[in-house]
Amino acid sequence: MTAPPDDCLARNEWICGAYLSTRREILVDAVIQHLQLTAAAVAIALVLAVPLALAARRWRWAAGPVLGLTTILYTIPSLAMFSLLLPVYGLSAALVVAGLVLYSLTLLVRNILAGLRAVPEETRQAARGMGYGPLRLLLAVELPLALPAAMAGLRIATVSAVSLVTVGAIVGHGGLGNLIYSGMNTYFKAQVLTASVLCVIIAVAADLLLLGAGRLLTPWTRRRA
Amino acid sequence: MNTLADTWSWLTTATHWSGPDGVWHRLGEHLFLTGVCLLISCLIALPVALVLGHLGRGGALAVNLSNIGRAVPTFAVLVLLLLTPIGTYGQWPTIIALVLFAVPPLLTNAYVGMREVDRDVVRAARGMGMTGRQMLLGVELPLALPLVLTGVRIAAVQLVATATLAALAGGGGLGRIITAGFNLASTPQVVAGAILVAVFALLVESLFEAGQRLVPRRGREAA
Repeated sequence: MTAPPDDCLARNEWICGAYLSTRREILVDAVIQHLQLTAAAVAIALVLAVPLALAARRWRWAAGPVLGLTTILYTIPSLAMFSLLLPVYGLSAALVVAGLVLYSLTLLVRNILAGLRAVPEETRQAARGMGYGPLRLLLAVELPLALPAAMAGLRIATVSAVSLVTVGAIVGHGGLGNLIYSGMNTYFKAQVLTASVLCVIIAVAADLLLLGAGRLLTPWTRRRA
Repeated sequence: MNTLADTWSWLTTATHWSGPDGVWHRLGEHLFLTGVCLLISCLIALPVALVLGHLGRGGALAVNLSNIGRAVPTFAVLVLLLLTPIGTYGQWPTIIALVLFAVPPLLTNAYVGMREVDRDVVRAARGMGMTGRQMLLGVELPLALPLVLTGVRIAAVQLVATATLAALAGGGGLGRIITAGFNLASTPQVVAGAILVAVFALLVESLFEAGQRLVPRRGREAA
């Protein structure tokens, strides 16, 4: 009979170095899954949100339904959203991504639309006077000017998505949420705390990254401030 | 569309609505949980926000707290609390996690509402010899009320939505129907639960919206 090892894992402590070193692969896998789910969801949401926002600004009648529908989607609880999509996607990562896309849409559409609407009419007329066609006006003038507001929405959407991915644990695709969920069932303190802290670190890092990217993309806003 | 028919038959089966696992009981739990948490978070956040807004201090605190609140997964907080000694006291982990989640939007909206009150009106009130308390309660609060109530509405809807997560940690509420459905591998029950939660959340949203529409009108009549 060998005596059971007396380390922090055996004592089930909150902070445990042995946990980090023995489960490194599990943690890295979970972080990668977490990042993949978040990135895929935000990217798809962005691709959908831009045309929706453009349509809402172009046609007055489209604004009400677009904003109303995305807001309703935002009100649906995350756990319910993942469950509602269950018959469509089954127990897959696509289910979590689809749910997160629907969430991010509200934040992105609203902010992009606000940014587009804030472009001064004189600026638009000046560009038109310089011979800019509708497409060039959009790409070279309006979208860049809407960028700060859009980036603000993107930051909120990304940070929320990082924290909502954890709920995906209910279908087994929750990134770090899986570790929190299984840690809860086995009363594994170190695993729950480590996974939770990693979630927050990812969220903060993503926020800072987007903040930096926004500053690089819109150098003109810095001079004004 | 077989799932849809199955979901409908789940929802229309009377036995699913009664008993301790039934919809009515879970709805009651959900309502109770949301109500208690909303009350506690209002009692914590509103006085702080109103006083800070009146004094014009702590703006950075209000905004940063709101941002941090978004980054911390409620599910993680819930599980962390569950594993601490607090976890042995019934509903408390859920209530604490939900209150932590609801305080930031309340605080931010109430603070911004107080700061956006016309400074001339505040100065006029001071000129009339009003004390700080009279100004806060008689002038600033009524004018800030629409934004304060928007914060309460956002908090309430988010609480309804987030209270479903309690079920993941073994708590009660409508989320329990969904998690039980997962455990039974019964897709119709999962979808039925999801529809119930979604409808409930949308109902609360529209109730608050209707209530909010009444408030400024009353304010205008009084003015």
